[in-house]
Formats: sequence, structure tokens, C-alpha cells
Amino acid sequence: MSTQILIVAEHDGKTLNLSTAKCVTCARGLAEAQVTVAVFAASAAAVAEQAAKLTGVNRVLTIENPANEHALAAVLAPQVAALAAPFGLLLGPSTTFGKDLMARVAGLLDAPQLSDISAIESATRFRRPIFAGNAILTVDTTGVAKLVGTVRTASFEAAGAGGPAPIEKAAVEVALPTHTRFVSVSAAKNDRPDLQTAARVISGGRALGSADGFKILYSLADKLKAAVGASRAAVDAGYAPNEMQVGQTGKIIAPELYVAIGISGAIQHLTGIKDARTIVAINKDGEAPIFEVADIGLVGDLFQVVPEIERLIS
Amino acid sequence: MKRILVGIKRVVDYNVRIRVKPDNTGVVTDGVKMSVNPFDEIALEEALRIKERGGAEEVVVATVGPAECQQQLRTALAMGADRALHVVADGIVEPLVAARALLKLVEREQPLLVLLGKQAIDDDNGQTGQMLAAMWNRPQATYASKLEVTDTTARVTREVDAGLETLDIDLPAVVTTDLRLNEPRYVKLPDIMKAKKKPLDTLSLAELGVEPRQQLKLVRFEAPPQRQKGIRVKDAAELVEALKKKGLL
Ligand SMILES: Cc1cc2nc3c(=O)[nH]c(=O)nc-3n(C[C@H](O)[C@H](O)[C@H](O)COP(=O)(O)OP(=O)(O)OC[C@H]3O[C@@H](n4cnc5c(N)ncnc54)[C@H](O)[C@@H]3O)c2cc1C
Ligand SMILES: Nc1ncnc2c1ncn2[C@@H]1O[C@H](COP(=O)(O)O)[C@@H](O)[C@H]1O
Repeated sequence: MSTQILIVAEHDGKTLNLSTAKCVTCARGLAEAQVTVAVFAASAAAVAEQAAKLTGVNRVLTIENPANEHALAAVLAPQVAALAAPFGLLLGPSTTFGKDLMARVAGLLDAPQLSDISAIESATRFRRPIFAGNAILTVDTTGVAKLVGTVRTASFEAAGAGGPAPIEKAAVEVALPTHTRFVSVSAAKNDRPDLQTAARVISGGRALGSADGFKILYSLADKLKAAVGASRAAVDAGYAPNEMQVGQTGKIIAPELYVAIGISGAIQHLTGIKDARTIVAINKDGEAPIFEVADIGLVGDLFQVVPEIERLIS
Repeated sequence: MKRILVGIKRVVDYNVRIRVKPDNTGVVTDGVKMSVNPFDEIALEEALRIKERGGAEEVVVATVGPAECQQQLRTALAMGADRALHVVADGIVEPLVAARALLKLVEREQPLLVLLGKQAIDDDNGQTGQMLAAMWNRPQATYASKLEVTDTTARVTREVDAGLETLDIDLPAVVTTDLRLNEPRYVKLPDIMKAKKKPLDTLSLAELGVEPRQQLKLVRFEAPPQRQKGIRVKDAAELVEALKKKGLL
């Protein structure tokens, strides 16, 4: 397998997502890696410049096309595939962007994919969690000419500033489909840190009882400059929007501090927080499974405890 | 005929506490409850609802795997699928092989829509739907939490990291399901009896012209590192103290 690695950048048209810097760190785990970052965008200059500044990036390619304004996997995948020839490994982040796109690329290239790479052990040995993180699998890829992968972002530090690496324009001559059309994206804007990269996260579960109940968490989070997350039960009940869900089918995060409030600690939830440095649990049931993973546990009624914590730190 | 094809994967039930075998060759599956992948139940439920609304005439379920998978196909038939296709494959079925086999079924069945789960909860790959869509050269809408099907297009709301994204896609297409798309119905006893009489066809990978390639070698399974046992504090004041001591406040 060639040690040339292509990383597909994730961005919103203006800012490079931190997940890309984590892919760079992952790629650097391969001896003699030559790392190229590809920026697909309507206009790529600003994002390309940020990518070029990451330590460990050798080269940035920009592929500009009005069709690349929204990251549609069906539109991007043939362009990634068209660039793939020199690369032994094609990586994207294990975010909804990367998971959606990279497997389509793998399908086009008839190349196998490793999802959620959590460590690179050698040019042919990779590790990844399976069964919701309840087992860690080591995979050998000997004999595979071209491999596609998604990078479990919680497993890697973001590459720091260095460079700058050269930026080149790349032309790809492929027909792009029109069968998939972007309509809209809705995201509740708030001033809190991003859940996936925040150093502190406060999460609430079903016990919060209502969207209104979550307000005591927002208030505490603002004091702590923390992001707010939620269990699936809380999202399903409509107490919190889906982008706040933490866990196997939500976001996998690795903050310095994770505070689970009124969350029982189902395995699917724990999958999302295993890499948190310190886990705090507040639950009125002393037998709740969340206490098995908590570094600091407090048995009590959250509606009494949470406002009190806020008062104590104010 | 307007048809929906639904992928069904047999997996260890989501309630089972997974244990790695002492010799690190896999996870314990002896005597362990096996089920339909939860995301595939959601895919099937959605297909049945589309049919019940008049948007499709037939729901076909398909699996690629060993003989035991027929149990899960029977469950799917009991839930309401009209017929089942079992592509027999022993050993590990990598997503490229599953997608290739599903593509062959798509060519035979000409569905309007293929509904798959967003991921199988055993391998957590999350690849098959996208691979199938790529090989088929048709649209994909992954992580669907809402699906509105018309004659020739579908509007899909997707759960993405930023929030909810809406796409319009031309049919036929592949849609993969997220948890909030619907809540699957329970199977009733009489339906299990009825399901025994529904058609279940068996095919082989060779018949479909699909090579059972295994390209990735599974070297070693390990239990994840355990977290150290923590401390208990008795009230908010002690909690704040403990956090300060750790330098977290
Ligand atoms: C395929 C699949 C994927 C899943 N993916 C995810 C996922 O990504 N993320 C996720 O979170 N879940 C996921 N789940 C769901 C998961 O199994 C649990 O159902 C869910 O995490 C439970 O949420 P909860 O802890 O908020 O609710 P509950 O389990 O109902 O727990 C509520 C807790 O609050 C405590 N409590 C009640 N009142 C108070 C009070 N006043 N003060 C303090 N404590 C109180 C209770 O003691 C209890 O422990 C998934 C499930 C499946 C099948
Ligand atoms: N062997 C298989 N047979 C039928 N459907 C499958 C198979 N493997 C995967 N799928 C479908 O593809 C989805 C995603 O699987 P995976 O890519 O393995 O995470 C599953 O939820 C199924 O709907």
C-alpha cells in the first residue's frame, strides 16, 4: 500500500472543521506518511489556507465547483474517486459528513473501508471499536491495494499549527449527478462551545422531564463555559434537539469533564463518553449503571443539586 | 410493481452485554440472543408504512448470511413483509460483498426504494447503504429521520452533526434509517404463524455472480480498557470541592 494519504477536509465553506486536524494526526501515525488534504468547495481559498497550516500536511488540493457548495456525498464521491489513483489510504472523519461520503467513495473504488479507526499500529494494522465500543478489534489489511477509512475523532488530538504547505488547484473531469439536491439545513444556533470539541460537557437525560427542565443545565453550562449534550431518551422525548445526542448513534466525545445528569448510563450512551477524562454522575438512583464509570458520583435529586452547584461556583 | 427492498442483518441483540472471548478470537455468541439489527426493524417499519399509505405494493426483505439468518427473515415476514430473499453466505460478509449481493437483488427486483439501516450494531461499519448506492449509481440519503415518498422523488430529512438536513432525491434510491424515523410495531403471535406460509427464496452468492471476498483479516478482539473505580460525594459542596481538587473548576 502506498504511504500517500488523502484526507477529505470537512468544512462549512468558511472554517475547517477540527475533525480534519484529527484525521491529520491519525494519518501521521503511519510511518513515512505523505499527507494531502483535499478541499472540495464552491470557493476553497479560506479553508485551504487553514488546512495548509496544520502540522504534518504536505500539500493541499482545492477542487472548486459551484456544485460543491453543499457537501453531498453523491456529488463529492466521484470527485474523490477521480483523485484517488496515487493514494494508498483515503481518510475522512467519522462524523456524519465523513461516514456518509467515504463509504460511497469505497463503493465507487471497490476498495474496502475501515470505519472509526482509533489507532494505526503499522502500515497494515489498524484498531477500531466494534459492538458499541464493547470490543476493540485489530484488523490486518495486508494485500489491500487501496483502503478507505473514517477516523474516530475522539481518539486523536488535533494537529497543531505548522507549515504552511503548498496549495494547488486540482481539476477533476467527472460528470456530476443531479439526482440529489440540497434543500435546507436547520441548526439551532447558540453561543455555547461545540459539543464535539468542547473541553466541558454537561448532559441531561430523561429525568429533566421537559425542554423547560433543560434550562437549569443551560444555565450551569454557561457558568462553566460548557457545551450541553443529551441522552437519546431526552432527545426522543423532545426535551433537546437531535444534534445534542451523545452515544453510539449520536456524538462520540472526549471532553476533559463530562457531567451526566439524570442519565442512567445505558451502554449505548457510555459508548459516546468512554474517552472523557473525568466523568461526573448525578443521579437519584445509587444503583444506576452510570456510577460504574463515574470518577465522581453524587446520589441526589438533580433539581435540588444542580441549582446548588451553580450557586456554589458563582 | 412498486416494490421496496429492505436489508435485514442478524446481529447480537442490543440488550446483550458483549463479552470478548478469553482467546481474543471474537466475542461470545454461544447461547446469546440474536435479533434483527434495530435499524433494519426501523427500515422495515418505514417500508410497511409506505405500503400501507399506498406508496408501494410489495415489501421484500433480504439478507446475506448463514442459514440461521432465516430466523430473522421470518421475524421480518411476521412484521409484515410480503416475501423474503436469503442469499446464503458463510463466514464474514464484508460490506462490499453485502452491497454487491444486494445490488444483484436490486437488478432482479427493480425496487423503487431500498431501505437499509444506517449501521449494523455488531460491526458498527455503517457502509453498506452508501456502497450499494455507489455501485448502483443512484442517490443515497443516510441517517433518515423523516421520509416522504412521491412517485418519482423523495424528500428526506437527515440527522447530521449540525442538526437536520433536508434533501430531495430522485427514485430509485437508497435510504438508510436513523432511530427517530419511526417506532417499529410489535410482532403478534398469529402473524408469526402466518409468516411461516410466506415465500422465502434461497439463493447462493455464486448464482448471483458475487465473489465471497474477505479482504480484511480480523486479528484480535480485546475488551476495552476499564475505567478506575471512582469516589462518591455526599452533596453539591463536596462535588464542587472534588472538581476544584482535580483542577476542573
Ligand atoms: C440501537 C440503539 C442505539 C442507541 N443509541 C443511543 C445513543 O446514542 N445515546 C443514548 O443516550 N442512548 C442511546 N440508546 C438508548 C439507550 O439504550 C437508553 O435507552 C437511553 O440512553 C436512556 O436515556 P436516559 O438515561 O436519559 O433515560 P433513563 O434510562 O430513563 O434514565 C433516567 C435516569 O434519571 C434518573 N433520575 C430520575 N429522576 C431524577 C432526579 N430527579 N434526579 C436525578 N436523577 C433522576 C433515574 O434514576 C435514571 O437513572 C440507544 C438504543 C438503541 C437500541
Ligand atoms: N449481510 C447483510 N444482509 C442484509 N443486509 C445487510 C447486510 N449487511 C449489512 N446490511 C444492511 O446494511 C446496513 C448497514 O450495515 P453495515 O454497513 O454493516 O453497518 C444494515 O443495517 C443492513 O440494513
